[in-house]
Amino acid sequence: MQNSDQNAGPGDTSGLRSDISADVIRATALRHPWRNLISVALLVFLGAFLYDASHREIYDWPTYKQYLFNDRVLSGVVVTLELTAYAMVIAILLGIVLAVMRQSPNPVLKSLAWSFIWFFRGTPVYVQLVFWGLLSTVYPSITFGIPHVGNIATIPSINNLSLFVLAVIGLALNEAAYMAEIVRAGLLSVDRGQEEAAKALGMGWGLSMRRIIIPQAMRIIIPPTGNEVISMLKTTSLVTAIPLTIDLYMATRDISANTYKPVPLLLVASTWYLVFTSVLMVLQYFLEKRFARGYAQMGLEANSLALEGQGGG
Amino acid sequence: MMNSNSEFMVDAQGVRKSFGAHEVLKGITLTVAHGEVMCLVGPSGSGKSTFLRCINHLEVVNGGRLLVDGDLIGYRERGDTLFELKASEASLQRRGIGMVFQKFNLFPHLTALENVIEAPIRVKKLAKDVAVARGKELLTRVGLEAKFDAYPAHLSGGQQQRVAIARALAMDPKLMLFDEPTSALDPELVGEVLDVMRELAQSGMTMIVVTHEMGFAREVADSLVFMDDGLVIETGKPADVLLNPTHERTKAFLSKVL
Repeated sequence: MQNSDQNAGPGDTSGLRSDISADVIRATALRHPWRNLISVALLVFLGAFLYDASHREIYDWPTYKQYLFNDRVLSGVVVTLELTAYAMVIAILLGIVLAVMRQSPNPVLKSLAWSFIWFFRGTPVYVQLVFWGLLSTVYPSITFGIPHVGNIATIPSINNLSLFVLAVIGLALNEAAYMAEIVRAGLLSVDRGQEEAAKALGMGWGLSMRRIIIPQAMRIIIPPTGNEVISMLKTTSLVTAIPLTIDLYMATRDISANTYKPVPLLLVASTWYLVFTSVLMVLQYFLEKRFARGYAQMGLEANSLALEGQGGG
Repeated sequence: MMNSNSEFMVDAQGVRKSFGAHEVLKGITLTVAHGEVMCLVGPSGSGKSTFLRCINHLEVVNGGRLLVDGDLIGYRERGDTLFELKASEASLQRRGIGMVFQKFNLFPHLTALENVIEAPIRVKKLAKDVAVARGKELLTRVGLEAKFDAYPAHLSGGQQQRVAIARALAMDPKLMLFDEPTSALDPELVGEVLDVMRELAQSGMTMIVVTHEMGFAREVADSLVFMDDGLVIETGKPADVLLNPTHERTKAFLSKVL
C-alpha cells in the first residue's frame, strides 16, 4: 500500500493507475473463531450421540442385523416400491390430464378438474385410504358383496390383490391432485411466444405440446415432482388404513409384534426408506441436468458474448 | 412475377378484427403481388402487427376476406356460408407462411440446428439427413455456419433472429411475415438481420415486413403502406410516401420518425 504514493505523484493528472493491478494484496484472512467453536461443539455432540447409539441396548443392533435382510422385510420393500411406482405413474398421467382440463375453454371440464383437486387435496390421505378400504361396503355391488369390512383384512389370501389395487388407487388419486397443480405451474411457465412459434411452423396442438411446451415445462415440473415421489414413498406407510399390511412398515410392525422389539425394527424400516429416498435424490439430480439443456450454461452467456465481441473488434 | 395459381399472394378485402369491444382493424384492403416486398409502417397500436398475425391465422378475422395465394385464410366458403377451419386445416395453411417474431421465440431447449430442422422433420416428415443438410445450408446462408450446435441462450439477439429466419425458411414458405424483426435488438445488431432480409428480398421471396426501419423500407421494399388507427392511410412506392406524403397523419408520423 505504501507504493501507491509513488505511483500517484503530484504530476499525475491522468487519474489512470494502470499498475495498481500489480499490487497483490497480502492480508491476513479474517478469522472466524465462533464458526470454528460451534463446528467443533456440534461434531463432539454428534460423536457422543453415535457412540451412545452404538452401545445403547434398546437399539439392539444384533436384532437390527438379523432382520435387515429378512424375507418379510424384503418383500415389504418390494411392495412399498411397487405402490410408489404405480401410484406415481397414474398420478402423473392423471395430473397432466387434470392440468390440461383446467386450461380448457370448456367450463364443465374446467370445473370438474377444479372440484377433483379441491376434494382430493382438501381431505387427509389417511381418511381417503380408509374410505377406499370401505369401498366394498359403500358399493357392495362391485365387490361381490362382502358385508363386513372387518372381514376383508382377515382373509388376505383372497383379497390381497384387490387391497393392493385399492391402495394404489387411493394413493394415486390423492397425489394426482398435487401433480395437477405442479404440471399446471410448469405449463404456465412456458412463454406464450413458444406456442405461437410452433403454430406458425404448422405444428398442431399435440405436436407443439409434446415437442415444444412439455419439454420446457419439465424444467419447472421435475424438482417438485421429485419431492412428490420421495413423499409418496413414505406415504405408502399409511396403506395400513386400507388396511393393506404387507408393505415395508407393516412388515416390520408385524415382526416386532412377535419379537417385542419395536425399536430395532423401526430402524430397519428407516434404513430401507432412506436407501430409496437417497437413490431417488440421485435420479432427480440427473433428470434436472437433462432438462436444463439450453439453460444450465445461461450464466456463461455474458462471457462467451464478450469474448466474441473482442474477437470481432 | 412468379408462377402461381392466383393473381395476388395476399389479397385483403375489408379485413376487420376486434378484441372484445375494441376494433383494432377497421377494414384493411390491400394486395401484395408475388415476389413483392411490402413494408407496413405506422404508430404503435395502429393494427399493423395484428394485421400481420391475421395473415397466418394467429388471430381470427372477424370481418372481410383474407386470401393467401388464392386460399381463404381460416375459413372454407360453401355457397354464401363460411365454415371455420379445423385446427389441423389451419396448420396446413400456416405451413406455407413463414413468420419471424419481434422476440425471436426460438425454442430454448433446442440447438440452432435443432430449431431449424424440428418442423421439417415433424410436420413435413422430411428424412432427418435431408432436413439436417438443408438446415445447415440455411444457417450458412444467414451467416451462422459456426453456430449449428449453440443453444439460443448462447447467441446474441442478432444471431437468434437470423436462426429464426432460417427456421421459417426451412418450411419452404411462399410468403414470409416479419413482425418488427429488429425492434428487440441492440442497435449495433440491427444491420446483420437487415442484411439477411435484404438478401432474401433479392432472391425473390414475397415479404411483408412490419418495421420502423425507414432506411430499409426505402432501399428494399417495393411498396410501403402507412397504417393508423386500424386503417390503411396511404400506399405507394417507399420513396414517394416517405418524401412526399399526401396525408396529414402520414406527415405527422414521418416527422417524428425520420
